[in-house]
Amino acid sequence: MNAPIFPKSAQQRPVRLDLAAVAAMVAPGSRVLDVGCGDGALLQLLADTKQVDGRGVELSQRGVNDCVAKGLSVIQGDADTDLRDYPTDGFDYVILSQTLQATHHPRQVLVEMLRIGRRAIVSFPNFGQWKVRLSLLAKGRMPQTSTLSHAWYDTPNIHLCTIRDFVDLVEALGAHIERGVALDHAGAPIRVNAPWWVWNLFGAQAIFLLERDAPKKIS
Amino acid sequence: MANALPAIETLSSSDPLNGRIVEFPPDRPLVTDGGGCVTPLTIAYQAYGELNAERSNAILLCHALTGDQHAANVHPLTGKPGWWDVMVGPGKPFDTERFFIVSSNVVGGCLGSSGPSSINPATGRPYGLDFPVVTIRDMVRAQAMLIDHLGIDQLFCVAGGSMGGMQVLQWAASYPERVFSAMPIATAPKHSSQNIAFHEVGRQAVMADPDWRGGRYLEQGVRPEKGLAVARMAAHITYLSEPALQRKFGRKLQDRAAPTFSFDADFQIENYLRYQGMAFVDRFDANSYLYVTRACDYFDLAADYGGSLAQAFKGTRTRFCVVSFNTDWLYPTSASRAIVHALNAGGASVSFVEIDSDKGHDAFLVYEPDFIATTRGFLEAAAAARGLPRAEEA
Repeated sequence: MNAPIFPKSAQQRPVRLDLAAVAAMVAPGSRVLDVGCGDGALLQLLADTKQVDGRGVELSQRGVNDCVAKGLSVIQGDADTDLRDYPTDGFDYVILSQTLQATHHPRQVLVEMLRIGRRAIVSFPNFGQWKVRLSLLAKGRMPQTSTLSHAWYDTPNIHLCTIRDFVDLVEALGAHIERGVALDHAGAPIRVNAPWWVWNLFGAQAIFLLERDAPKKIS
Repeated sequence: MANALPAIETLSSSDPLNGRIVEFPPDRPLVTDGGGCVTPLTIAYQAYGELNAERSNAILLCHALTGDQHAANVHPLTGKPGWWDVMVGPGKPFDTERFFIVSSNVVGGCLGSSGPSSINPATGRPYGLDFPVVTIRDMVRAQAMLIDHLGIDQLFCVAGGSMGGMQVLQWAASYPERVFSAMPIATAPKHSSQNIAFHEVGRQAVMADPDWRGGRYLEQGVRPEKGLAVARMAAHITYLSEPALQRKFGRKLQDRAAPTFSFDADFQIENYLRYQGMAFVDRFDANSYLYVTRACDYFDLAADYGGSLAQAFKGTRTRFCVVSFNTDWLYPTSASRAIVHALNAGGASVSFVEIDSDKGHDAFLVYEPDFIATTRGFLEAAAAARGLPRAEEA
């Protein structure tokens, strides 16, 4: 319970372009639950620029304290175990920023997110990026890049996936992708229209806006 | 809006022991959950800081089981600092330079508010067990009468730990529009079987003392000090964590090199508990102890709302900050989480933090930097939302 599941490298970056890219997907004035909200930077950004009614969940006491000190409503809790307590359709968006790969049960976390909100926004490091592939191929070692900076033995990232893996999982969950964007290592969006395999090769991170599929009508 | 409150004819006074005292007239009795009636109702309280012109900066502090109104002043009986001296004062989280802070003795207590040691007007003798059994909700009703008397429509914050936290929850459920923000600390939405069990041990210890005299000891010039001291000793263990007890006392012997093979206080922990018990009887009334422990036992907020805690807070606009301590086994984090879940289910604005501390239940009464930082941050943000001036502007 003590180690923050939010990767340190992401927490310590002063200005995060990826947060701006997440915020761009949120409609103004909506209700947002940020799971793994860290020090509350995204919630603060959403409150300041989108007037959202935001709530957060964060594992580390330090993160929760920072959030509460900023006036954010944040609960100390664990994405893997505590989402089940949230009411169905309680929020417009449930956000999981750079946390999916650190959860014990990523699939279950996504299921809960799409239950709590009709829309979910998920960002994660892309293990399919060419640098990662090359690193493993050429060096024969577990890749360490700017977005995946931990050594294999002390990484909080226990469920890494590629963009293609993620897209497959979304389909299996009865949801679809509304928007998707790949980011470079600095978190800036890669502004090209390209097929998935290109993003999967060049994106260091990805952000997806998911929407729960409408229930099938029984005629 | 405060001006619209009906004027109440009350008798106000003050003295060094009780602080300020307000006595409500016979047409303003306290009708209790148990069907009893306290009249005239007397409430003793302390107030710190100044009420602003808008009457929007008032904070009510709710004391724990054996606390009292002396939150931030030297205690008139013990000479020690008030029970929340670490949290209340100039520049402290409950900043007396910014907020008007009210702390009242609960009904059923023994330091100026109506309780079993008060004189029963019907008999001219102390009430004893003729005082109606009161609940947490009764305590809060009496506090609401005091807040009315002070001309305060909405409290900026209601805060308290342990039994005080139960009062905070009751305030938020009973008077949601009167509570802008709430801090229930180290508390629970209901008393568990274990909680009731410990309280029953304490009550039986009091009542087993021959000097208790069926609760009529005051008239007979005696006090059940031994029974009350034993009750306090047992309760005190529940306020501390096992690791802290082990670290502080271990198996260390008291002023001796070897066991005496007797029933003296050979061990330091024995000596410590005996001291705690004896110090307690100097400042607390045995019958009051029965009443306040009973009030906690009867507390089950969900039961008043069809068994649903979420229903108790439905539609609330109060901002909550729930705090627990990881080594508190009396009101454990799981109890605080139950509160948080209920608030979440209703979409309430709620923050929750479990503070790392080895101090057990009593952690909320001692200097804990993380707890102080959390409280400061929560109040600062709530003050901004309420339109109160920032700390440096005040």
